[in-house]
Amino acid sequence: MRKELLSKKDIDRAVSRIAHEIIEKNRGLENICLVGIQSGGVHLAKRIASKIKEVEGIDLNIGSLDISFYRDDVGIRKQQPVVRSSDITCEVSGMRIILVDDVLFTGRSIRAAMDAIMDFGRPAVIQLVVLIDRGHRELPIRADYVGKNIPTALDENVEVCLAEDCAEEGVYITGSQTEGK
Amino acid sequence: MKDLVSIREISKENIESILSTAASFKAVLKRDIKKVPALRGKTVVNLFFEPSTRTKTSFELAEKRLSTDVLNFSVPTSSVVKGETLLDTVRTIESYGVDCIVIRHSSSGVPHFIAKNSHASVVNAGDGTNEHPTQALLDAFSILERKDTLDGLRIAIIGDVHHSRVAKSNIYLFSNYKSEIRLIGPPALIPEFKGYNVSYFNSIEEGIEGADVVMMLRIQSERMTKGFFPSTLEYANLWGLNRQRLKLAKKDAIVMHPGPLNRGVEITSDVADSGQSIILEQVTNGLAVRMAVMYLLGRDNEQ
Repeated sequence: MRKELLSKKDIDRAVSRIAHEIIEKNRGLENICLVGIQSGGVHLAKRIASKIKEVEGIDLNIGSLDISFYRDDVGIRKQQPVVRSSDITCEVSGMRIILVDDVLFTGRSIRAAMDAIMDFGRPAVIQLVVLIDRGHRELPIRADYVGKNIPTALDENVEVCLAEDCAEEGVYITGSQTEGK
Repeated sequence: MKDLVSIREISKENIESILSTAASFKAVLKRDIKKVPALRGKTVVNLFFEPSTRTKTSFELAEKRLSTDVLNFSVPTSSVVKGETLLDTVRTIESYGVDCIVIRHSSSGVPHFIAKNSHASVVNAGDGTNEHPTQALLDAFSILERKDTLDGLRIAIIGDVHHSRVAKSNIYLFSNYKSEIRLIGPPALIPEFKGYNVSYFNSIEEGIEGADVVMMLRIQSERMTKGFFPSTLEYANLWGLNRQRLKLAKKDAIVMHPGPLNRGVEITSDVADSGQSIILEQVTNGLAVRMAVMYLLGRDNEQ
């Protein structure tokens, strides 16, 4: 069964609120680089940046980060994702890096992303944006900006479909074995 | 994919996945910190039964940049000279818990034999006159970078095709694409490739005409057991690449060579050092491609 958790409108609102929170928390928006984690986070980072541009008229640096080479589940995960490119155009040292991902789950991807960022330089601060926090953390990691907290079962799957890749935009939950109870 | 022993045994999909992963590694190599923890905790052994400096260096650096532990096993100092069989050598190495074996051997087929008899991933770093798959992959990567495509190109491969595992792996690789392969050289050094879409030329002037890629091969004197051509001077006169001959190729043609160069024999110095030559780029790209190969094998062959 596939259930809609967020509609396209809900995603828009969440992105818009997160953009405002970023502006509020990082007054002046100086030395900020939004870094999307491949692949879902990249689209979200771009959307947040354009929202911030609308509100404040400031063009933020945007980067993308592939974390394949930093993962700790090589060989454990059955289906390995395609290796995509990392494109960090700003100087990382001294910058305020805002990582953007679609779903926060165990926290292991974020650990990998932080290690990857550290290899580019020594950022002043790293903050984290996620559209969905589904719980079940295995590492002491939390997000600074959350679109929506969604309690899930471990065997469920949260699917973020963005218009850039999917026909129908929305956040869906699938695959619970206890469904229909 | 458990092993990379032959280009003929991997799919076009595998080839493209290696090439796109290599692009990501090339970006890593441009950073200040050129090392990633991708294969941390894995052990790779370089088993070189034949002298090699560049390929071995390239593999070793690629392994280190992937954070693997590297063991080098070269024949003159090993137990092979004490009479150990190949299989015993492999079993001994395997007992250390090795995840990947990179092998070069003067006999064709040795990497296949080891791949069949080992749980470790096997990478062929050149076997006799058979194949040199990572070289073909780095050549394809270099061509793709310069020409944006592997289709619709005219590729002239010039020289000692008979002894060249580089040429063979390239011919097999390009059989996946719609490019024209022209083999040029002394008749005794140009074997027939049945079932492959290649054409044969004895005159370099005819063969090189309109080429997008000019791939020179090294004259392999160490493998020449009989006279395949009269002398190196005559070889240079008839099949060496010089500026005039290169003019017959397309204006934006690129010149490649797997190295080491025999300057003045298969290629003149002014061509080797010209703007059209991408020989040193090939070396850089070799590192990225070998990282990609070992990363993908290491990822797939987890026990």
